[in-house]
Amino acid sequence: MNFSGLINDFGPLTVTGLAQGAIIALFALGYTLVYGVLRLINFAHSEVFMIGTFACLIVWGWFGLDQNSAVPSFGGMLVYMVIGLVVAIIASGLTALFVELVAYRPLRQRNAPPLAFLITAIGASLAISEIVGVATHRNQRGVPPVISARTVITIGDTHITNLQILIVVLALVMMFALDRFINGTRLGRGIRAVAQNPDSAALMGVNKSRVISLVFLLGGLMAGIAAVMYDLKIGVTRYDAGFMLGIDAFTAAVLGGIGNLRGALLGGFLLGVLQNYAAGLFGSEWLHAAAFVLLILILLFRPTGLLGESLGRARA
Amino acid sequence: MRQVLARAIGGVAIIGLIAGAAACNKSSDTGGDTASGSNCGYKLAFFGALTGSAANLGVNIEQGFELAVDQYNQKKGSTCIEVAKFDSQGEASVAPGVARNLVADKKIIGIVGPPFSGESEAADPIFESAGIPTITPSATRTSLSTKGWKTFHRAVANDDSQGPAAAAYIKDNMKATKVFVADDQSAYGAGLADVVKQKLGPLVVGSDKTEGDGKQTDFSALVQKVNSSGATALFYGGYYTNGGIIRKQLTAAGWKGTLLGGDGMKDPGLSKASGNAAAIGTVVTCPCSPPEQAGGTFNNDYKTKWGVAAGTYSDVAFDAANVFLQGIDAGNTTPDKLNTFLSTVNYKGIANTYKFTPAGELDPTLIKVWAFKFDESGDTKADVEIKTSA
Repeated sequence: MNFSGLINDFGPLTVTGLAQGAIIALFALGYTLVYGVLRLINFAHSEVFMIGTFACLIVWGWFGLDQNSAVPSFGGMLVYMVIGLVVAIIASGLTALFVELVAYRPLRQRNAPPLAFLITAIGASLAISEIVGVATHRNQRGVPPVISARTVITIGDTHITNLQILIVVLALVMMFALDRFINGTRLGRGIRAVAQNPDSAALMGVNKSRVISLVFLLGGLMAGIAAVMYDLKIGVTRYDAGFMLGIDAFTAAVLGGIGNLRGALLGGFLLGVLQNYAAGLFGSEWLHAAAFVLLILILLFRPTGLLGESLGRARA
Repeated sequence: MRQVLARAIGGVAIIGLIAGAAACNKSSDTGGDTASGSNCGYKLAFFGALTGSAANLGVNIEQGFELAVDQYNQKKGSTCIEVAKFDSQGEASVAPGVARNLVADKKIIGIVGPPFSGESEAADPIFESAGIPTITPSATRTSLSTKGWKTFHRAVANDDSQGPAAAAYIKDNMKATKVFVADDQSAYGAGLADVVKQKLGPLVVGSDKTEGDGKQTDFSALVQKVNSSGATALFYGGYYTNGGIIRKQLTAAGWKGTLLGGDGMKDPGLSKASGNAAAIGTVVTCPCSPPEQAGGTFNNDYKTKWGVAAGTYSDVAFDAANVFLQGIDAGNTTPDKLNTFLSTVNYKGIANTYKFTPAGELDPTLIKVWAFKFDESGDTKADVEIKTSA
């Protein structure tokens, strides 16, 4: 164990961990939203994310950007960022809706058992991932340098870049907006109603199918933003980009309390930072092992997760 | 109905078998008739990928091999030795079946290939039991020479030679004094990194391990450790997939040092991920000589015959074929005799001189390792031949 290494690098590890955690958190919202309403783990969410990472790459490619391009001017940077975000959000949102319509809705209409949903979820995930894998020859794609990482704040040995700030702030803003939407709007009330009691909600005139589509769409939107942030932070994507990160995101959702939006955010940040600390303390090969051992420990004492309450259920 | 269907399918299968057998016979019947002169009428085989995702390397090798046989035949003035090509697709799962087809042809007395280590492990036992000598121009997994195969010969250095060479390059050519060593925990990567660590000793200021390709994409902890260690060189034992991401994230974090790796990172895929600018100066070692270094008229002849420049290992394949041809010319026209000939051969080719140890490895004094550098085109250019002081 390397305590001095961890202490020396504590600041930088925290900052990079928070940035990674913000991406995990945005990704985790999709799992938590769908689970909160349907009691279903949407495994295909990792592919919703992956499609987003490719969508913004493709659109940037139309503007002639590739991994060898020069960093654009500030104005160009802004335009490309907005375009990339919009396209990724649309692509991920549509993918999520598509998965809902094709893989889940028909099962729901036939009152299929939960196991059937689990299998179609895994099937949809693998199918989308493999199709993209074949289409891209399983190569990884380099991301154009749309944003140049520059240190803007320095505290001791800790350098914080503009990109890291952007990622964390964007995650917090989106989280806040989503929270307001669920808790403060008519549509949000519908989501909470269906989460609490689908049958009563239907009797009260809530269109259940529409609410469920909305939930998938919202998860997709958040995944789209996470996808663009991932592209910029990691610098490459490929057909299985969503797989390991999806496991992290799912873990974060469970850690914070699945079904709980704020829990997903907390879980994401915690997991991101803890993985970095584990890598610093034990070496990067322990990154996943340490984080998951910790997850088990936390669940032993708080089986419902840190903030453990469900969407709607507790705050009726 | 079902019975009818089964019969129909069975019938088609039988017809297919007969047709296949006929095709085989046909190909093995020719050659003898056209051959004239002494020690003629035999075949040398290429075994390796001609199609599939790994075909580039296979085609490089096959073309080098075929060029040597062509030139030999021209000198003889007839089709003395025939070329037989067997496409393994580079897949360990496909190779055994193709290898059995190969050994069924009794005119084949020597094989150039297989190019890859995985398919070698699958196919070489079949060649061994048939007693046909093989020379691989490119399979570098060290363990291949420890299986007790008497027919196995390797015309390049194995993976064990790269670690010491990379360490020597870091110490003598770069004169780096602070080196960080990391690997991807694969047999290849960890093995390489451990040797580098051991050879560099006190120059190593830190080490770390990552997950394998596709299992980790956020290397911020590694990048941070490299940055705060003050290292000016990072040796990464692993493949180009992770290598490209690590190079990109190091550059993004402002690290100005040099990334080094083994031949697993010698692929334009690295610069496709990192961007050409970030990849410039990245050094990879390879137990291969740059094709443009080949002696004689080889490069021109190759270009004339195939319309493309010789690629990686084309020259070694050319030499491997010539080693066989020299043996055949001297009257070693059975697989057994040819294999015995290989144990005493001392042949000076265009890429190297060839002399094999009893295990089939290239004689240690003949091992060549080169350093290659990524340039602005995103591909690698030969840098220097690394002199390892043993």
